[in-house]
Amino acid sequence: MSEQVAASPEISFVNHSTGGTKRLWQVFWILSAVTIVELLMGFGLAKHWYGEPDKNKSLILFIKGAICILSLAKAYYIVGVFMHLGSELRNFRLTIVVTLILFVWFIISFLSDGNSWKNMRNTRAGSMPDQTEQKVVVPAKGAKE
Amino acid sequence: MSTTTIPTGVKWWNGGRSPFNASYGKVMMWYFLMSDAFTFGAFLISYGTIRFSQNVWADANNVFDSAPFIHGGAPLLFVSIMTFILIASSVTMVLAVHEGHKMNRKGVEKFMIMTIIGGLMFLGCQAWEWTHLLTGEHFALAANGGLEGLNTSVIHNPWGHALSGIELTDALSKTSPEVMKSMILSHDHSAVLNGLSNTQLVEKINEAVAAGHLHVTHPGPIAFGGYFFGITGFHGFHVFSGVIINLVMYLKTRFGHFDQRGHYEMIEKAGLYWHFVDLVWVFVFLCFYLI
Repeated sequence: MSEQVAASPEISFVNHSTGGTKRLWQVFWILSAVTIVELLMGFGLAKHWYGEPDKNKSLILFIKGAICILSLAKAYYIVGVFMHLGSELRNFRLTIVVTLILFVWFIISFLSDGNSWKNMRNTRAGSMPDQTEQKVVVPAKGAKE
Repeated sequence: MSTTTIPTGVKWWNGGRSPFNASYGKVMMWYFLMSDAFTFGAFLISYGTIRFSQNVWADANNVFDSAPFIHGGAPLLFVSIMTFILIASSVTMVLAVHEGHKMNRKGVEKFMIMTIIGGLMFLGCQAWEWTHLLTGEHFALAANGGLEGLNTSVIHNPWGHALSGIELTDALSKTSPEVMKSMILSHDHSAVLNGLSNTQLVEKINEAVAAGHLHVTHPGPIAFGGYFFGITGFHGFHVFSGVIINLVMYLKTRFGHFDQRGHYEMIEKAGLYWHFVDLVWVFVFLCFYLI
């Protein structure tokens, strides 16, 4: 077997993973174990291990949050080890990871938006009251009387 | 004005030193995947927004509780098989990249084939699941007040909450005997229903519902099917294109293209895409099946 060369002349660093595949298998077992734990927790949700869904809302929310965190841990291992982002230069890593922070705002604002739709729907704040079927005359734009 | 002259044959990336000490192709693959992450993220967050805005949402444990040869009652079983297939194919992919670093052509070929097989198995599972949802009928309240058989599609689904006893009695009084017979046959394939009166049919259905053999529901949230088929379909399309890319990489390995180049970086780039597909599945799995 010949020695691997760099993909282009301006690259001084070649990923010589001289080490064995031990780390890769280790991550495989971590991912499998985390998935099994997630499945057990999800199975518990299906079988109502944590009480009836209507009553034990906060415990169920906690379990669901824990499953989300476990999924993030899986993502960390896939990206860091399988995709070798962990062995790229720090500045390159930051260009990707810092950009993904946008998701924090994205998730919080959109889920709270959904929640506020639900509240409006349930309190009828978003629609006209059903008994008072008034004729609402929409004035033409600019015609203020 | 003088312009900087670029020697012919030298690319712009060549400033003497590569930014981030990585090749252009690899850096751009990362940025493509980052943008793709935002596409998937936007889909999943939009799903979350709609789900948060509804009082009732489809319960994944009822929707996906079947597997081949198992008719219901096995939540998470089939999808966990799909998840492990994808994790396993991710490992074979990273092993192919590893063999590539060692310039071992045979090793790369072996692991690429295994990765491709894993991808095809995943797609087969998804095809089975979609077929099951699109053709499987459950009984739900229809617009006319009676009951009807509903499959899961992008326009309707039977995954709403269960009918109460009074609602069920009222709905059965408006349901045709044919539908009632198919309701009984759906859980008891050998039932003999010839000559039974309507009252007897209603009685049989009430018994089956009370025993938990038959689920009669309100229609589910309309958006559920669109999101499910849209997002898992978009992911499935990524898996499909990943399989095609891997197939091309396998053939190029086999023809010795990478040995001529002196490096197996293309395998690494294809690997990035394949791992990304696995990464997205972690979140699709989370949002649709687990929570």
